[in-house]
Amino acid sequence: MSSSTSASPSRTGAWFDVLFGWLAKGAAWLTLALLASILISLLVGAWPAIERYGLGFLTSPVWDPVQENFGGLVMIYGTLATSFIALLIAVPVSFGIALFLTEMCPAWLKRPLGTAVELLAAVPSIVYGMWGLLVFGPILAQYVQTPLQKLFSGVPYLGALVSGPPVGIGILSAGIILAIMIIPFIAAVMRDVFEVTPPLLKESAYGLGSTTWEVVSKVVLPYTKAGVVGGIMLGLGRALGETMAVTFVIGNMNQLNTLSVFDAANSITSALANEFAEAASGLHQASLIYLGLVLFFITFVVLTLSKMLLLQLKKSEGAKS
Amino acid sequence: MNAHDRARSVAYQRRKRINILALTLSLGAMVFGLFWLFWILWETLRLGVGGLAWATLTQMTPPPNEAGGIANAIYGSFLMVLLATFVGTPIGIMAGIYLAEYDPKGWLAEVTRFVNDILLSAPSIVIGLFVYAVVVARFKSFSGWAGVMALALIVIPVVIRTTENMLQLVPSAMREAAYALGTPKWKVILMITLRAARAGVVTGVLLAVARISGETAPLLFTALNNQFWTSNLGDPMASLPVTIFKFAMSPYENWQHLAWAGVLLITVTVLGLNIIARVLTRHKG
Repeated sequence: MSSSTSASPSRTGAWFDVLFGWLAKGAAWLTLALLASILISLLVGAWPAIERYGLGFLTSPVWDPVQENFGGLVMIYGTLATSFIALLIAVPVSFGIALFLTEMCPAWLKRPLGTAVELLAAVPSIVYGMWGLLVFGPILAQYVQTPLQKLFSGVPYLGALVSGPPVGIGILSAGIILAIMIIPFIAAVMRDVFEVTPPLLKESAYGLGSTTWEVVSKVVLPYTKAGVVGGIMLGLGRALGETMAVTFVIGNMNQLNTLSVFDAANSITSALANEFAEAASGLHQASLIYLGLVLFFITFVVLTLSKMLLLQLKKSEGAKS
Repeated sequence: MNAHDRARSVAYQRRKRINILALTLSLGAMVFGLFWLFWILWETLRLGVGGLAWATLTQMTPPPNEAGGIANAIYGSFLMVLLATFVGTPIGIMAGIYLAEYDPKGWLAEVTRFVNDILLSAPSIVIGLFVYAVVVARFKSFSGWAGVMALALIVIPVVIRTTENMLQLVPSAMREAAYALGTPKWKVILMITLRAARAGVVTGVLLAVARISGETAPLLFTALNNQFWTSNLGDPMASLPVTIFKFAMSPYENWQHLAWAGVLLITVTVLGLNIIARVLTRHKG
């Protein structure tokens, strides 16, 4: 970059030049300071709970504000389980969408469909959440849960998996809503990543007589592996940290009585959303902040991984082109 | 046809079948994805229009089962989003300038870029927790200012990212030409490169506005909520998303109607801003 070699400041604007440079640098430092202060303030806020429970907090399923006894297992389980379900649904669907957009779609449809997917990614999560609670939940309960309960009644394990009152809230609903929410997100990244594949590679494979599917699975996917996984991780990061889409439909129950995916449960974000404003300062609040810290840590790791994977693709792209 | 040819033809048929299956599934995935989109938008439109009336835009949030509107929530959202944009944009643009113009390959830029990506996708509720600890806990009161700060913290990374990307697209020749004329660096940046990248930077700001207009989580325990009209940012302040959250979770029918109207307003605003942003950059490119 030629811009990095700074021009010798002219006499008139010299002081302003220096000032402007410092302002820009200060803004960059501010961003770093922001992350650091978020971490520090969470640590300080959570300290009473960390001191009291240590790492045992992560494995204790008790959450009792009255007795002042707190453990985060229920929420951590809820966050991980909903995100897992979301990925289970979203990854194959997003892959299909990306495949369609890059290899199958007629040229005139590419842009409108791509735009639709990107716009869908911009819809605020509260819209998904409210739709999930008031429209989707009841439908899920009536047409999926009730028949499943009838089908599996008496069957061990499977019966327990679908037990619970048919109201359409719980881990499964939350997972599905999350999936709908992150599908456009992952699909958009995957599409961008697929388009990085050099046309020459694809054309060579087509020239040898490969089918579209063979080109995608044996040329495009291996070439873009790192980027695809990075995109999935990015979606996972979003699912883990999502608040509103989950809070509406998960039911906010701090108990882990059954393994049922239809029973009310809780996630880290929805516990924070529901309890934090009313929590008495002290151990309850500290425990909630502890949960926030755990969430921040998990997403930090996931996002770092995703960024490293996406960068890897970019680097190899630079080397080969 | 000998055995060898037959085997090849069977293999070929099999490959073709797999291909058709895969492509059908991919088409199915596309339809599946769009199906949800249309369903959600349709329900939002159908139920939202039902709740939309003149009173919705002019009256205050009502108690359960009484007539009213969401005027105070709309105003609160508008005020906080506006101020947060004004606070966050200059910081974001300056940091973006540093990344693109001052030391793009230096360690500070590399670290900032990385940290910025983390902030960009960090759970927004954690931002709320942070502002709670720094502002609300210190001043012992939920306030509009806390909400503004939480939203501004979400604006900054979005603006940094787009500003940097857009500045990098400006050809170096333009900078060099300006330097050759003896222009000081700040003037080159403000008058030449930033001006050339104007449309892109504005796009970034619009996307940031769109993002914070729909954000609920960071406002839940910063601005909290308010039943009444207030312009005092020192008080708790109503916002559209938080009001929707409260109303939608309630069992009262009129609250749910208002929530749907609010959701429609937010969706239209956010999608509108996104479309404007898109048109702006397309015009450019």
